[in-house]
Amino acid sequence: MKILNCPLNGPRNISEFVYGGEVVEHPEPHISSNAEWADYVFLENNTAGVVREWWYHAPTAYWIIAERDTVADEIIRTYPASEVYGERMAYPAPPQLDES
Amino acid sequence: MPLGLLKYGFSKKHPAPRHFVAPGELKPRYDVVIIGAGGHGLATAYYLVRDYGITDIAVIEQGYIGGGNTGRNTAIIRSNYLTPDGVHFYDESVKLFRDLSQEFDYNIMYTERGHFTLAHTDAAIRTMRWRAEVNKHLGVDSELVMRDDLARLVPQLDLSDTVRYPILGALYHAPGAIARHDAVAWGYGGVASRKGVEIHQQTKVTAILQENGKLIGVETSRGTVHCNRAVQMVAGSSSLVAKLAGFKLPIRTIPLQACVSQPLKPILDAIVVSGSLHTYISQTPRGELVMGGATDPYPLYSTRSSLEFKEGLMAHMLELFPFLAEVKLLRQWAGMTDMTPDFSPIMGLTPIENYYVDSGWGTWGFKATPVVGKRMAELIATGRVPDLIKPFRLERFEEFKLVGEKGAASVGH
Repeated sequence: MKILNCPLNGPRNISEFVYGGEVVEHPEPHISSNAEWADYVFLENNTAGVVREWWYHAPTAYWIIAERDTVADEIIRTYPASEVYGERMAYPAPPQLDES
Repeated sequence: MPLGLLKYGFSKKHPAPRHFVAPGELKPRYDVVIIGAGGHGLATAYYLVRDYGITDIAVIEQGYIGGGNTGRNTAIIRSNYLTPDGVHFYDESVKLFRDLSQEFDYNIMYTERGHFTLAHTDAAIRTMRWRAEVNKHLGVDSELVMRDDLARLVPQLDLSDTVRYPILGALYHAPGAIARHDAVAWGYGGVASRKGVEIHQQTKVTAILQENGKLIGVETSRGTVHCNRAVQMVAGSSSLVAKLAGFKLPIRTIPLQACVSQPLKPILDAIVVSGSLHTYISQTPRGELVMGGATDPYPLYSTRSSLEFKEGLMAHMLELFPFLAEVKLLRQWAGMTDMTPDFSPIMGLTPIENYYVDSGWGTWGFKATPVVGKRMAELIATGRVPDLIKPFRLERFEEFKLVGEKGAASVGH
């Protein structure tokens, strides 16, 4: 079993974690085009090599970021998401919907 | 009935001519370049020759013929999908499969076994009933069978209530079949190469050459090749080749593992699948039980096998077939699958003119080999997207019109 080092819980079996996709920039939902939004939701870099990904430790409901080599099947580094996302993202207010 | 072997036996001349014609040097220009010499690529070459008379084709392969997922799947053929788009598409494939041995004069060992998708919950019974009705409506032979029928049709199954997930019923698809997967690629490739198609193995595509958004050729590890049109058919490496062409795909490359047991006497006629338990099993003509399970839990460009997979698979397999406890495993392997968000393929046009894509074949690509070849050949030859493959276009993601296929293999419902 592969071991993933959780910043909160220490080394744990990888089967306790859920893969959460690549770390990619979140477009602003109210102003992004359909193409930009589809790119964010569906398209993947699917890199062969070192990638930065979201992982979720299910038993403790804790999200982390892991750097992983997708060819060698090795986990290089793990750290709490707060290292990258220190503050809440600020989006402009959504456009007012016409309620008629 | 393929009579090739019989003719060879009575022939005065030995040995027989080469199955694949050796291609010689890579030419600087072809009409069509097909990237990937798996089942899909070779079938496309075959139908381009047969239906459109196009023979100036190079099939370029970084490894060897049929060495990717063509030789790594569990060789199951069926058309009992859930969406009408899926059912129509795979039904044409099943019909083409039936005639292949005759067409190639080469036995692909296509045998109809009957395919059972087990249901362990009321919700699964409901989905099976839904699939059966969709299938029947579209002319595909499928029906829901309950435990008493299952006991008669698949007596090897443990139908007792003393297991973790008792079996309630199954979707029975009588035309479900298996074939020798290598032979499918060899049959298509052999006939195509004898008609003039060049299959260049050990040749890696390193760049897709374009001018003003139009394809002009490909750069390979053996030099530049210009062409009028090209298609990529490279399961597992789809994102990497698309990246060379400059576009992204909604694909994650995830390994799918499988294994075979030691050869046994004929003991299991049916193909048995359980979506909820992530298991499928069938017995090959030489007696090995072919077993597969769910895809790995995370993306990986590797064909390694893991013990976790086997422990998980066998725990469920023994629940269905307790007699397997004494049987030894003989071989294990993995393939790199293209998983898409809607469990459906991506085929058709790309942002580059005259460059086509056939990808996203996840865990359901082998059974589609003939229909992909036929319809992609139609697209390449005429430039028009056939109606049958329109639902699987790449732009569906941008339009948020996903296919929503829930009949795919190794996917729970």
